[in-house]
Amino acid sequence: MDPLNAIEMRDITKTFGQVLASSHISLDIRWGEILALLGENGSGKTTLMNMLSGIYFPDSGHVHVSGKEVTIRSPKDAIALGIGMVHQHFKLVDNMTAAENIVLGLRGSWRLDLKKISAKVREISERYGFNINPDRKIYDMSVSEKQTVEIVKVLYRGANILILDEPTAVLTVQETEKLFAVLRSMRDDGKSIVIITHKLHEVLALSDRVTVLRKGVYIDTVKTSGATAQSLTEMMVGRAVSLNIDRPAPVKPTPRLVVKNVSCMDDEGVKILDDVSFTARSGEILGIAGISGSGQKELLEGIAGLYPLAGASSIQYFPDDSGQATELVGKRPRQIRDLGVALSFVPEDRLGMGLVGSMDLSDNMLLRSYSEGRNFFTNRKAPKKLAEDVVEQLRIATPGVSTPVSRLSGGNVQKVLVGREISVSPTVLMTAYAVRGLDINTSYTIYGLLNEQKKAGVAVIYVGEDLDVLLELCDRIVVLCGGRVSGIVEGRATTKEEVGLLMTSLKKEEAP
Amino acid sequence: MNETSIRDRKEPFARIVKRDDISRVKAWGIRLAAILLSLLAGGLLILALGHNPFAVYRDMVTGSLATKTALIATAKIAIPLLGAAISIAPAFKMKFWNIGTEGQIMAGALAASYFALFQHGNMSRPVLILVMFAASVVAGGIWGFIPAFFKAKWGTNETLFTLMLNYIIIGIVKYLRMGPWKNPASGGFPKIAMFDDAARLPSVFGVNIGWIIVLALAVLMFIYMRYSKQGYEIAVVGESVRTSKYIGMNVPKVIIRTIVISGAIAGLVGCLIVAGSAYTLSDTSSGGYGFTAITVAWLGGLNPFAMIIITVFLAVLTKGANTIQTNFKIPASASDVLIGMILFFMLGCEFFIKYRLIFRTRRRIEVVPND
Repeated sequence: MDPLNAIEMRDITKTFGQVLASSHISLDIRWGEILALLGENGSGKTTLMNMLSGIYFPDSGHVHVSGKEVTIRSPKDAIALGIGMVHQHFKLVDNMTAAENIVLGLRGSWRLDLKKISAKVREISERYGFNINPDRKIYDMSVSEKQTVEIVKVLYRGANILILDEPTAVLTVQETEKLFAVLRSMRDDGKSIVIITHKLHEVLALSDRVTVLRKGVYIDTVKTSGATAQSLTEMMVGRAVSLNIDRPAPVKPTPRLVVKNVSCMDDEGVKILDDVSFTARSGEILGIAGISGSGQKELLEGIAGLYPLAGASSIQYFPDDSGQATELVGKRPRQIRDLGVALSFVPEDRLGMGLVGSMDLSDNMLLRSYSEGRNFFTNRKAPKKLAEDVVEQLRIATPGVSTPVSRLSGGNVQKVLVGREISVSPTVLMTAYAVRGLDINTSYTIYGLLNEQKKAGVAVIYVGEDLDVLLELCDRIVVLCGGRVSGIVEGRATTKEEVGLLMTSLKKEEAP
Repeated sequence: MNETSIRDRKEPFARIVKRDDISRVKAWGIRLAAILLSLLAGGLLILALGHNPFAVYRDMVTGSLATKTALIATAKIAIPLLGAAISIAPAFKMKFWNIGTEGQIMAGALAASYFALFQHGNMSRPVLILVMFAASVVAGGIWGFIPAFFKAKWGTNETLFTLMLNYIIIGIVKYLRMGPWKNPASGGFPKIAMFDDAARLPSVFGVNIGWIIVLALAVLMFIYMRYSKQGYEIAVVGESVRTSKYIGMNVPKVIIRTIVISGAIAGLVGCLIVAGSAYTLSDTSSGGYGFTAITVAWLGGLNPFAMIIITVFLAVLTKGANTIQTNFKIPASASDVLIGMILFFMLGCEFFIKYRLIFRTRRRIEVVPND
């Protein structure tokens, strides 16, 4: 036994039905290090860590904590061993305070001494540089604050081995930096930290060692100081891949969608979009950048006829360069389609909006076409054929076209959705966070598909959060800040700093 | 201290694992085992009551299936039960928790009764019966339209709404029975008169034509839900309202249309009850079928053909329970417990179809030397 090791996993195997999620994996986690667990979607990173945190139980293998063999039957056992996990989806009760959430489920004296708890929470926060108010309700908190509560929750329970599952997926650049600083100070305090991720630059910036998994198999563990983005990608994917994104020059761009003075309000009357104007051109990828919640969602939904826009708004659609325009504002999605506007939309919420999770691939293809014709009955042959074609062309990993899409992995779900939206030969293709949560391979497939559409003369609108990708992929970028357009820049000429500045350049004048 | 205590513990006794897929044969094997187990457990109950389980079970079957009279009585239970379950299927598929079937049945029964009681002299028999059908369909549809409209427009809670509507229609019928529609010939006892012969449904093979109607409805509903565009819309709205809007469906229209259809079928069932077997209207005409039908629809997985099987099974149980009450002097409450036990096993076995238990295996415990 190596006393430097906090955890030793030996020969761990876990299957789900036919799927081998972990195959004879052995892994060491040392005290006082940040270990990055890297792998594509479905490589078994989360499964492996869930076995440490007591959510799953391994089929075979051994786990040693501090040199002693243990059996972890439940999250309670895990926390008693000092292992705490912060999950990708937070497990907090919205209408309780941070302090209440932190002690929820803990055995204590019969009296709930919230003052004492708050004091201890503050002490932990100060020690590692967190910034939370224990008496605030969860529903009043931002995503990053909720995450902080989750981390403090496991620290409060005495965890000294911390597992974080994709912690930065929902954070802004600044919040990510803050989180990393906290994690480093915890490492320096002697704690072990495992961070599950597939973002390479974060691995390189934060971790001490990297363990790579591929399809449930352990590949290798390397020192971060000796690794590069290229070498890690090759370990992860299993072959050499180019990390450059293509950007062909636009061919004869003509205005396709002219957005003018678009404004809208939410249910409470707060302005979400304020006088937004831009033009999306054919044969061009138009990026939309902005801190999340700057009005991107409402903008796309407004164009698609799903979000009510204010009276003065105008969205003109030009089917070709003949100058004939159709006004889209005030029309329902069905009316827009009946006007012959081939508008495709890949929404952010794939399974909750773009697809129906419990339905199979064919029936999800049917969503787009079912209303065609006056027949009382549905035509299921065409969608089935389409589903088969999409599966083949986009190489979707699925047992068949009659498998519910919710059973597929995130990347394959997105391929089904994008494949369907492209299949209708759109003239405008809107995508919201098209590669969020996808691994490198799938992300590049999606970029390739968008470029193909661009070359075919489609006006592509790409709402993204990763500035590096926006700068490499898009011809022009509209930057939103607090619902206003703070700048429109050329993708080839601009810099990350310029876009970053525009994203946070709050206009001084207040909306009346 | 904690570490040692955990180290000495064994792996969990049983773990619950979701099944990926299960073969049809295996699934039905589990269901069959559940039925056998339920009969076994029920047998213990019968033994405890001091009777011979085999004799009791035999009488349940013969009492519901063996003679023509028994069969007719069983069919009379099955017809409205199946009809009500069919009416529930599209609503539940849309995740519209309509528990107002009872009231919709009553509304249909009320409308049909009006023509049966007061208009039977004004038209020929076929016309009268068709008018009764039409009236019950319209009345049931209206009783469905009201909660659907409020749900579609203002997002009201359909469960409470439909439940309240049940009480209202039952109250109305009670009022009619005590007052305006009271039969003067019933000698002070507040009762609505029996229907004229012209308003009674004709029989085929000794059972009123309702059985043909509900079987036809089962086929039609199966086709409607599985192959029609409207059926597809129902499924999509049920799974995700946001997806429905995204794809351009008119969600309020789908909700209202579906629940009107659901209510209309329930209304027709009301007509089949009053004109097919009761031959009069009372405030208990709906007989709880609207609620039992929820069990049928759920057990049948909202598939009309599966619901036929479940309905027959439940009707046999119900009629059989009546028989053993008279034959063995088993109290009604005890036979209800018996039915409850059988249903419990049938519903419970679905868990074992979806999940699988993995029991602890003997594992060699290795001694880890402490260093």
